[in-house]
Amino acid sequence: MSIWEYANPKKFLATSERVLPTLWVLSGALIVGGLIWGFFFTPDDYRQGSTVKIIYLHVPAALMAINAWFMMLVASLIWVIRRHHVSALAAKAAAPVGVVMTLIALVTGAIWGQPMWGTWWAWDPRLTSFLVLFLFYLGYIALWEAIDNPDTAADLTSILCLVGSVFAVLSRYAVNFWNQGLHQGASLSLDKEENVADIFAFPLYACMAGFGLLFLVLVLYRTGTEIRVRRMAALIQRERMAADA
Amino acid sequence: MSALLIRDLQLAFRAGGGFGLGLAFFLIVTVMVPFSVGPNSATLSVIAPGVLWLGALLACLLSLDRLLALDWEDGTLDLLATAPLPLEGVLSIKSLAHWLTTGLPLVLAAPLLGVLLNLPTQGFLWITLSLLIGTPALSVIGTFGAALTVGLKRGGLLLSLLVMPLYVPTLIFGAEVARRGAEGMAVETPLLMLAGITLGTIALLPFASAAVLRVNLR
Repeated sequence: MSIWEYANPKKFLATSERVLPTLWVLSGALIVGGLIWGFFFTPDDYRQGSTVKIIYLHVPAALMAINAWFMMLVASLIWVIRRHHVSALAAKAAAPVGVVMTLIALVTGAIWGQPMWGTWWAWDPRLTSFLVLFLFYLGYIALWEAIDNPDTAADLTSILCLVGSVFAVLSRYAVNFWNQGLHQGASLSLDKEENVADIFAFPLYACMAGFGLLFLVLVLYRTGTEIRVRRMAALIQRERMAADA
Repeated sequence: MSALLIRDLQLAFRAGGGFGLGLAFFLIVTVMVPFSVGPNSATLSVIAPGVLWLGALLACLLSLDRLLALDWEDGTLDLLATAPLPLEGVLSIKSLAHWLTTGLPLVLAAPLLGVLLNLPTQGFLWITLSLLIGTPALSVIGTFGAALTVGLKRGGLLLSLLVMPLYVPTLIFGAEVARRGAEGMAVETPLLMLAGITLGTIALLPFASAAVLRVNLR
């Protein structure tokens, strides 16, 4: 039993369909449970008041935004090296999920930042690198959309993903450097993880696990859709060729 | 290799307009800036390094879609791909030709346009030097973008969307050198980082460009 068996689309579909219902319920329960727990059963922070509770959306979304790109990088590498179609389609399926996660992180961050920092947006390194990540996602998705031939699209986007990853990491460090040069960001960079007390942390872990599972569910589901789209196109082409003959 | 370089340069010079277009664009962007932010010379001298870098970057970006498109349309690229010269070499030469016809004129024009923007005196050396070191990276990264989108009909806008995020580190360090230089601060760190990015992209990115071009030529 090796993971490469799931490179077979049929096997992939059969297994993912078997586990998907469970995963849907599990991720839904974790997110709903974590949010309710976090929103209603934790005390307000003594300094931030109830605004602190947006952490239960913000942190899991940001976590998954980065990990979605990392998963796309791995899937792209598998496509480049072993040329499994399921892997390329999984990378394609993950990108829109990742961009939405990035958007959630940016928007909830802005909503949090307004009462806390007194501004919706600051060119803080962390915020800036997320904005750059958002742009990388947009370019990646646009390239997938622009190319008709699916194999060409898979090849080009996977190389873009590899090159983009290098530049994304480079941008992260460049932005860190640039911001130090502009202004001291210390007042803005509350290190959240270190400050969080256990009472806030447990619902946060639940939400993080829930978001992780939600990402997995969405990617599996969307990959299945992509496989069926591909299969449908092949069937239509076969019909057309039979009609011509 | 030199034959290819000479051919590209001759085409750029003789095809009319193409050569000076990037420069003219750079000029017009710079001229538009005082109209949009006001003629206050103190404001202008603060933003001058950034504006010059951004203008040079945009001028570079706009010339990218023609980097490979003409050779793609008339089939030259197919011939070059089957030539004994490896495709990585071909694309490096293409980047070099692009830099000589677009990047280098921008570097030379930047100090003149700095006068228009009231750039502080000590900033002239650094804006020229940072552009001289940084623009080759813009050409090489741009070649990757051009190779990625060469077969597409509406590739121009997509090319900008793909290449801009890749330009972020170069722009940050390049503009940082120019800004610090203009304010009389130490510039070594960003200058070294900028040089590192340029050398790194020149060494590595042609392989990625050739890989995507092979896919597009398939």
